[in-house]
Amino acid sequence: MNLNHFNINEIRAQFPILSRQVYGKPLVYFDNAATTQKPLCVIERERDYYLHENCNIHRGVHYLSQMATEAYENARKTVAQFINARHAEEIVFTRGTTESLNLLATSLGQLLINQGDKVVVSAMEHHSNMVPWQQMLLRTPVISTEAKRSGEISSNNLLVIRMDKNGVLDLNHYEELLKQKPKIVSITHISNTLGTVNPVREMIAMAHRYDIPVIVDGAQSMAHQVIDVQDLDCDFYVFSGHKMYAPMGIGGLYGKMEWLEKMPPYQFGGEMVDKVSFEQTTFNKVPFKFEAGTPNVGAALGLETAVRFIQSIDRQEVEAYEDELLRYATERLSGIEGMRFIGQAPKRNGLISFVIDGIHPYDLGTIIDKMGVAVRTGHHCAEPVMTFFGIPGTVRASFAMYNTKEEIDIFVKAVDKAAAMLR
Amino acid sequence: MTIKEIQDSIVDEFSMFDDWMDRYAMLIEMGKECPIIDPQYRNDNYLINGCQSRVWLHAEKRDGKIYFTADSDAVITKGIINLLIKVFSGQTPADILAADMGFLDKIGLKEHLSPTRSNGLLSMVKQMMLYAEVMNNN
Repeated sequence: MNLNHFNINEIRAQFPILSRQVYGKPLVYFDNAATTQKPLCVIERERDYYLHENCNIHRGVHYLSQMATEAYENARKTVAQFINARHAEEIVFTRGTTESLNLLATSLGQLLINQGDKVVVSAMEHHSNMVPWQQMLLRTPVISTEAKRSGEISSNNLLVIRMDKNGVLDLNHYEELLKQKPKIVSITHISNTLGTVNPVREMIAMAHRYDIPVIVDGAQSMAHQVIDVQDLDCDFYVFSGHKMYAPMGIGGLYGKMEWLEKMPPYQFGGEMVDKVSFEQTTFNKVPFKFEAGTPNVGAALGLETAVRFIQSIDRQEVEAYEDELLRYATERLSGIEGMRFIGQAPKRNGLISFVIDGIHPYDLGTIIDKMGVAVRTGHHCAEPVMTFFGIPGTVRASFAMYNTKEEIDIFVKAVDKAAAMLR
Repeated sequence: MTIKEIQDSIVDEFSMFDDWMDRYAMLIEMGKECPIIDPQYRNDNYLINGCQSRVWLHAEKRDGKIYFTADSDAVITKGIINLLIKVFSGQTPADILAADMGFLDKIGLKEHLSPTRSNGLLSMVKQMMLYAEVMNNN
């Protein structure tokens, strides 16, 4: 492959939105953990599809349909190769991480979870990797009728790996939880609120010693780290396209073939069937049995282009550059009075979460927005994390490969100015 | 003063500033002057939904007029609720229900009126109107 050296000006030139202004000021976009911007090649790929190739896939005998089917299946191969899956069929296209996790909670849950069974998650999960498991456990008959009616879980079947005040998971506690023989472990690779990079490879090996399958939420890792699902030996890996320079509405689920073959379908309807009568239906093979209805073909092709975009640049150089942005931002922010970083794990990636003493994150976000700086404020869909730290929310600045130190300077100046106004 | 007169004087005050920073500085000042809710009402029953920051609002009727108190953990939000309190507190329920909210437009807060905005200005106005409606009938 022809690898390009990392050149920030060339990178930025590929993201036209970065040169726009907000409130008459240059945009500083630090909300990449929510969604990244899209390079021209991705935008053009999706546009081209609708201009020249649009067609429904897998069922037409005509030229366009065959072309679209081939392109869609090639996208699957590209994604499989990107994360080093053994087979292209181990990639199921979904709308994104949340849908992938709902698919797993429903389908894998149906396969493995019986009355009283337990599931392990961590204390730093996004709601998307917690609520589906909680609600799935609620549907198993162990819960009391009153609890069901109120919608509150009353069982302790959702086991939660503790973390310390730096945002590091307690692996001894994890081992204790594994001894309770849970049926599934589902953990995040990189925390979307704390930036913690969890030792998932080690955690997967630990669970496998008890024959427990492990799901890894890769929403925050795909754009930043090289993912090798065979090396990790995870049973499932889920991700969103839009957080890795691809369009919205597309994402994926990697699953080991032996699991996908055993799992029941999640949704029913077009394309996922084999033979249908009013009495009975048999289902298509993996991965099609998990892809009911017309998929987002244009976005899948955009995702393939995004993967090729990421692959076209030296990954080590990108990682080093992004690490340097994180280090620089941490150093610069440390100088602000009352600064308290939320999440100080030794291994962090992609983002900084903080609060400033006496200042509400919402107030700070509102003021720096007016200065052209886009950050996320609030609980970041991880309310239990906020409860743990005893705060209403944080300000989160999250980075992508197109961000610069100059932008960090603008951001830090804006935070400083806003803090002075709000004190 | 009537609601209209108070609104006009607020618009006058805000129109002195061209710069958004000065307008926000003024909102922050107003937040610090907000008539604070009695601690016994600072609970979930008085919490307004739809805000990223928490806002508590209490109303009571004396001599046919409604008096509001509030609090928020975010100072800009507190400034916004105090702005509304300045307009509505001490007015009759009927006058509050008949009020035109167009003045928010004139002070550059219109963007905060959208239901998608996280500070919930719309929820605050609705809650005040709801109090007025209930108290109008009692």
